[in-house]
Amino acid sequence: MSALLDSLLGERAAPAALAGVRDAAIAALRDRGLPGPRDEAWKYTSLRALEQRRYVDGDCGARTRPVDVAFLPGPFAARLVFVNGLHREGLSAAGAVTGLAIERLGSRPDELAALLRSPPPADAFGELNAALALDGVRVRVAAGARIEAPVQIVHVGAPADGDVAWSLRVQVELGAGAQLRLVEHHVGSASNANLASIVTAYRLGAGARLELVQLQDAADGGTLVRRSDAMLEAEAALDLHTIEVGAQLARHDLVVGLAGRGARFRSRGVFALHGRQHVDTRLAVTHLARDTACDIAWRGVADQRSRGVFHGAITVAAGADGADAQLANKNLLLSAQAEIDTQPVLEIHADEVKAAHGATVGQLDERALFYLRSRGLPLDLARRVLVAAFCGAVLDGLEPALRAHVDALLATRLPQAEVLS
Amino acid sequence: MLKIDDLHVRVAGKEILKGLSLEVAAGEVHAIMGPNGAGKSTLGNVLAGREGYEVTAGTIEYRGRDLLALEPEERAAEGVFLAFQYPVEIPGVNNTYFLRAALNAQRRHRGEPELDSMQFLKKVREKLAVLHLKDELLHRAVNEGFSGGEKKRNEIFQLALLEPRLAILDETDSGLDIDALRMVADGVNAMRDPGRAFLVVTHYQRLLEYIVPDVVHVLADGRIVESGDKSLALKLEEHGYAWIAGRHAPAPEGAGAAG
Repeated sequence: MSALLDSLLGERAAPAALAGVRDAAIAALRDRGLPGPRDEAWKYTSLRALEQRRYVDGDCGARTRPVDVAFLPGPFAARLVFVNGLHREGLSAAGAVTGLAIERLGSRPDELAALLRSPPPADAFGELNAALALDGVRVRVAAGARIEAPVQIVHVGAPADGDVAWSLRVQVELGAGAQLRLVEHHVGSASNANLASIVTAYRLGAGARLELVQLQDAADGGTLVRRSDAMLEAEAALDLHTIEVGAQLARHDLVVGLAGRGARFRSRGVFALHGRQHVDTRLAVTHLARDTACDIAWRGVADQRSRGVFHGAITVAAGADGADAQLANKNLLLSAQAEIDTQPVLEIHADEVKAAHGATVGQLDERALFYLRSRGLPLDLARRVLVAAFCGAVLDGLEPALRAHVDALLATRLPQAEVLS
Repeated sequence: MLKIDDLHVRVAGKEILKGLSLEVAAGEVHAIMGPNGAGKSTLGNVLAGREGYEVTAGTIEYRGRDLLALEPEERAAEGVFLAFQYPVEIPGVNNTYFLRAALNAQRRHRGEPELDSMQFLKKVREKLAVLHLKDELLHRAVNEGFSGGEKKRNEIFQLALLEPRLAILDETDSGLDIDALRMVADGVNAMRDPGRAFLVVTHYQRLLEYIVPDVVHVLADGRIVESGDKSLALKLEEHGYAWIAGRHAPAPEGAGAAG
């Protein structure tokens, strides 16, 4: 057993209803251990340093301590704020919106336990998530309902009396034909070295449409392990923007199943790293039905000594004829010490499939840099302009106020990016 | 304004300019003609400060200063402008943003107040009108998806907006049809001014029918081998570059500033 698991898997005070789930998860976790370097899915992300660390399980005063959070601009149908994995009533706001139901499960441990028992995921961090969970939320949109303003889920990592390990389970369900815009904001309240695990499942009924924005701006010293698991029925559409600039170590498993005929997944993602950040994105999209489509464009920027990892796997299952699968991953290294590993994988078991995938890792275009400088832009501004333009290519389609926030965020988190407006 | 003396430049280990000397006074238009590979584009790139051009000997004095000691952006702010032979496409960078950032960066460097967006747009509209360009150009990314002619016109538009003291046109006429060529020439002629000099690098005499030079130089094998008035361009047109083949003696001292 590692120091990490030792520190987390002992006795704790929690509702009795959760004990069964926790015990089962702990047993599985003890048996399995954390993934090691031989695990293909963790090839580029070492957990050795993490395994040596100790965390405190529980809220450690975070439940009552005031936190300072810069919320995203714009109107919202509901804002749900979780501080270190626990719902914070005072920061949250939700009015009555027809067709939208938000069920907080922290006060309903039986339902939380049921949710934690439902798949996914059968891996070490899924088990850790189930073992540590004290709270959860279910967001449901009734069939045919169209929720105009977005729902915001804000995950705040906050300093406590020790480095806290926390987890949260979220379930998002859209009935047939329902429409929802959801913004997930991961944000750090001051610097902290917490370990966070968030598992979110999205269930899209036939013809449902989810516009999802995931903005990961977690605290500098933190570790964030996320799994986003989406399942789409016939003609459902998931439109995703993912922006990652935060955390010391971040891992995101994004698993999408296109289960019904005509289901579509479109995603635009960017990570922009500096310092010694390590961010690993692992995408697994499976076409399970006919005429399904995915269109994935992901970009990465790594500066200083940071490291980015992108693994994009698309599988077209037997029988999923007529699938259209597009994956493009472009990366930019801003320093000789930075590293980006990218691996697009395409596996096709069906006929009449349209598929394309490609990945590149490069540096700033010297010709473009000289062109800008020859017109008077100082070198540092010219570099920032090109970096911002590179990232901006996958940010089109964001709502303007959010886009402005993201542009500004990129410019701050990445000293070599500029706000291009 | 510009005094180049015995300039030697290596590119990728190969000597391209081999003792080029040239003087251009304010208010003059000098044409540099010459066969392919003579070093015409190298001259433009060295003047603008592009990396990879190693000056092994010689000096370039610009308005009394050592031009080679300045970074490309400093040269721009001091009034040096290169219209690129192959303007670079920069996806994701809006033309308006780019032009304003460039203009204001130059103004900051010179200690002048920056233009706010109203003042900037007013200036832009004036220049667009002079060059018969459409507003639509402003909303596109820098050179992205522009036709060859649009790119060249965009260069001249930038020239008009940035109002440099020394403008170097590197084969701005290549790939232009006759209407676009006229438009480019009109733009340049409108900019002619006693305080401004032009160095027009071209392979063909055609452009010089519209932008009439004060002095024509022939660049061959890395040196100026002949200088004269505009009739020299016609002579070249008639006889081809073979006519100056074998001439390697530099032009007589002072001929460059004769205009």
